Amino acid sequence: MDRRGFIRTSSLASGYFLIPGFLKPLENLRPGEGQKNIVIIQLSGGNDWLNTIVPYKNELYYKKRPKIGLKEDKLILLEKDLAFNNSLAVLKQFYDSGEMAIVNNVGYPNPDRSHFRSMDIWHTASSSNEFLHTGWLGRYLDNDCKNSYEGIEVDNYLSLALKGKKLNGLAVKNIKQLYNELKVPYFNDIAQAAKSDVLNEDNQGYLYKTLLETSSSVDYIYEKNKIVNNTFEYPNSELGKQLKDIANFIASGISTKVYYVSMGGFDTHAAQLDRQNNLLDQYAKAVSAFIVNLKGLNKWDDTTVFTFSEFGRRVEENASAGTDHGTAGNVFLFGKNLKKKGIVNELPDLENLDDGDLKYHVDFRSIYKNILEDWLQADANKIISANVNPFKVI
Amino acid sequence: MATPLGQIFHVYSRLGFGISYAKAKLLSQKTLNEIINGLIVTSSTGTYLTEIKKEDILLKKEAMDNGMTPKEYQKLIKDKLQELNISWTKKLLNTENVLLEKQTLFWHNHFACRVRHPYLMQELNNIHRKFAFSSFRDMLVEVSKSPAMLIYLNNQQNKKAHPNENFARELMELFTLGRGNYTEQDVQEVARAFTGWGFNKDDGTFEFKEKQHDAGEKTIFTRKGNFGGEDVINMLISNKQTAYFITKKMYKYYVNENVNEERVKQLADFYYQNQYNTGALIKKIFTSTWFYDAENMGCNIKSPVDYLIGLSRQFSISYSNYDVLFKLQRVLGQQLFYPPNVAGWPGGKTYIDSTTLVLRMKLPSLILNNGEVEIADKIDDPDDQKKEEVLENKKFGTTVNWGVIIEENKNLDLDKLLKVYLLKSPSQKITDKIKSDPSLGVKEMILKIVSLPEYNLA
Repeated sequence: MDRRGFIRTSSLASGYFLIPGFLKPLENLRPGEGQKNIVIIQLSGGNDWLNTIVPYKNELYYKKRPKIGLKEDKLILLEKDLAFNNSLAVLKQFYDSGEMAIVNNVGYPNPDRSHFRSMDIWHTASSSNEFLHTGWLGRYLDNDCKNSYEGIEVDNYLSLALKGKKLNGLAVKNIKQLYNELKVPYFNDIAQAAKSDVLNEDNQGYLYKTLLETSSSVDYIYEKNKIVNNTFEYPNSELGKQLKDIANFIASGISTKVYYVSMGGFDTHAAQLDRQNNLLDQYAKAVSAFIVNLKGLNKWDDTTVFTFSEFGRRVEENASAGTDHGTAGNVFLFGKNLKKKGIVNELPDLENLDDGDLKYHVDFRSIYKNILEDWLQADANKIISANVNPFKVI
Repeated sequence: MATPLGQIFHVYSRLGFGISYAKAKLLSQKTLNEIINGLIVTSSTGTYLTEIKKEDILLKKEAMDNGMTPKEYQKLIKDKLQELNISWTKKLLNTENVLLEKQTLFWHNHFACRVRHPYLMQELNNIHRKFAFSSFRDMLVEVSKSPAMLIYLNNQQNKKAHPNENFARELMELFTLGRGNYTEQDVQEVARAFTGWGFNKDDGTFEFKEKQHDAGEKTIFTRKGNFGGEDVINMLISNKQTAYFITKKMYKYYVNENVNEERVKQLADFYYQNQYNTGALIKKIFTSTWFYDAENMGCNIKSPVDYLIGLSRQFSISYSNYDVLFKLQRVLGQQLFYPPNVAGWPGGKTYIDSTTLVLRMKLPSLILNNGEVEIADKIDDPDDQKKEEVLENKKFGTTVNWGVIIEENKNLDLDKLLKVYLLKSPSQKITDKIKSDPSLGVKEMILKIVSLPEYNLA
């Protein structure tokens, strides 16, 4: 009998089969090398995509945005009559090399203009009249993963997107601090004591399973991470720091499939120009550093970066030189082996609007399905119930 | 003793926020009936939230007249909502009518609503208080007429020419029948029945706008008639499924997340026969012998509010800075007046993930240990993180009178203390571990006990 077979039989025989997957030793020995992972960057507040990827040849754009419309000489021209906001300048290299895909008109039916509700919809991949308590990545963890650390959010608190029914992702703002907290002797004792007890399926068992899983996941990440010596310089922004943490995790070879970060401040109701440009500048520089860093680490082949926001903003500017909550917008994907590159679909239609807002053409869940099926090799239909076909970008 | 201590700890973890050993001992002289009857308070001074004043309805107009920018106005609303949250939090910390708060929390979740109108949010909460223990039907009518709900579920836009189905759908899906007990046609027709239900923006009172109402014939639940909103509510109330739906939710909340179908059906019949008198249902639950079965003790997960309020009340913590409790509610996943969506907080296991569990285990030391951070002291690899921890603790600004707590519990050994503070025992290994350190005083033992995962069970 081989070792794996032995462990399986003996653990069944001793009644330890209820113990979570991370305690089964061989699962942890699987090398993380070549592990495909997705890095999700959430732009919170509703990014104004029309001033991010600008339809500069469309007169309506300037007509509806006399104050904040960006003039051609302040743009970086792309193909198909679209242009980058100048603040995205450092991303042009990835656009040129075919490592960036821009999808237009992404949204969902009956859009909700409330931040938190629309964010819920993006997190849970629900329809707008459906309330789910698990996130799409949480359900991916439930179906395809064994350990919390396979989904890491670089933040203090875990987003709904990473909450599953059986398994939750792990929120890690500072791995060393979290490790130290759990290494308090008393907590460690509790976790260790529970390890040898058979855990029940009731809530008491659930609490201990969560504790054990956390402590074991944190140990694993910490041990792997502490030998990483990544001296690459990132811009000194919050997103820059978070993406550097992720680069370190990837470099450490842990078998994490999903990384998640968010960046706030995009709710630009007033005096939008400077504020959004500044945010986009931070975003672009951090992402660019991340990609260049991963290339240097020889890990870029394994990574896809996905960026979204809970909604785009209204086509027409408001009286305070800002924009109000809207509907459809763009998503970005970055990667080495994209199936579709550059601008992958039709331009936003500024003429046929839905009550002043862009109509969506691509359901965001069809992009989730593409990511799940073609990048993470998961059965997307088990995770996303919406009846949409994958929109193949990767 | 008329009532065993174990039953008092159990019942108080459900109809209140826990109870101290001393108070439990006093109460044990009474019978269960006396205890529960004493807690069903329908109306008395201090029942309602009053922090936000009625003039605030005109806040937006006033703010604009005074040249406030939209940004400043948003900030003002945010601050007011926080004040509202804190005013309820204070009531939760100090009230004697714990069951009223517990039932208000239930309705707050059942009729989840989130609009940026602090006064209107407060008024909706006061409707939940007013009808907490009386007729569910009457409350449903009031809630349906409340400006907060009319705004939240877009009924202001529900007009004859363009019906808006949002309220109609949630009324049936979330407030009364539950999914699968109505058709899409019912949704459309119910929406028509509620056209014209709106409110006066200047004084925040309900207004029936006859011109916007569709008085024509509707077909609802296969019945035909020129139904209006109240007719629909009466039809929903006369449908036993509504009694079942509410009872099941109450059973999960007060008894056990794992439902005993047979029992819920019996309770639902009782609720229905008693004209949806919620107080009668609650009394029935808490005086049933099965409520005290071992399988119903310590089986539920404390909500963040249960956890925070319970900890604070059990140790008579006084806060110098209530913002802390406002923030903790958020990071633990249940901030009052900020439900995640119209379906409310899903509750139970969804409150627990690695971050929230570790935080719940750390909080007793942070809040109760008066500026000493025992947890950080023992870090084997100290660096600047330690400073952060201490700072974090200072922000709590809490005072705990340990003298009283120690005095109250000084004659209790570890086994007794475990029964006072926990409803489910930890494993033998863990109690042995605590016992193995004979130098521990009562305070240290209590701190260890309330840091255990079991402290999160109700």
